[in-house]
Amino acid sequence: MLIRPKAGILDPQGVAVERALPALGFAGVANVHVGRLVELDVEDPSQLEPMCEKLLANPLVEDYEVQLLDGSG
Amino acid sequence: MKFGVLQFPGSCDEVDALGAARRVGDAELIWHGERDLKDAEAIVVPGGFSYGDYLRAGAIARFSPAMESVIAFANDGGLVLGICNGFQVLCEARLLPGALLANTNLRFTSRQVDLDVVRCDTAFTRACEPGRRLSIPAKHAWGRYYAEAESLAAMQDSGQVVLRYGPGENFNGSVGDIAGVCNERGNVFGLMPHPEHAVDELVGGSADGLEIFESMRLAVEGVRV
Repeated sequence: MLIRPKAGILDPQGVAVERALPALGFAGVANVHVGRLVELDVEDPSQLEPMCEKLLANPLVEDYEVQLLDGSG
Repeated sequence: MKFGVLQFPGSCDEVDALGAARRVGDAELIWHGERDLKDAEAIVVPGGFSYGDYLRAGAIARFSPAMESVIAFANDGGLVLGICNGFQVLCEARLLPGALLANTNLRFTSRQVDLDVVRCDTAFTRACEPGRRLSIPAKHAWGRYYAEAESLAAMQDSGQVVLRYGPGENFNGSVGDIAGVCNERGNVFGLMPHPEHAVDELVGGSADGLEIFESMRLAVEGVRV
């Protein structure tokens, strides 16, 4: 699950990283956002969305995206 | 009257909350694994780093057995005060609108703040004089209050903004300088600053925080101001 701050909500971590990168010589960087990655094994993938809604993300302030990687692990 | 003060693994302000509550009434700790609220007539969800603040501040504490009872107690009209991490827990539990995000300066900041009491007729502020400005310590890294514009407008219309940071005091970047909000019914209240640390002039910078606890006592005992 990829969890990111919602668009339009100030993301001070992203802003700090965006300012730090050019200082290290990485030019042309914009729209940096820092989120969270939650990896897990699950028997029933239909549980992933309710997990995000209920615990892993706060839908008021965060968007989430579920990525399924079959047979890994 | 009797306060119940929750204690999670990682709480750190429950003892001060207990001490503050005992200045106006009786108080007892309630461990997070217990469902019994011990006949408390008002609940304090204290500050700290419940469950290590893992995932998001308050996200895991919100599902503890004690919080299940607190949610039922609040839905029944019981008074619930959330301080700092407790405010985050109450927002995560959806007992209060909005969310607390990282301070815009990305720093843990500890300082005394001036708070304007927007409403002095709530169950949590009725001991405050109209126009009161409270001086109370704040200490947190995740205290930037946020609510969507639509919900913010609704909150302002229904008088749910109870405390605002005074001019120049909004160090965390909270929307509308909001420092404390209540639910629509007015029986659940959360704030980032710490009234329980400001109950003694000698060590608290002021004793202004007592007014919050005294207000709750008045409300529970049915005293109207």
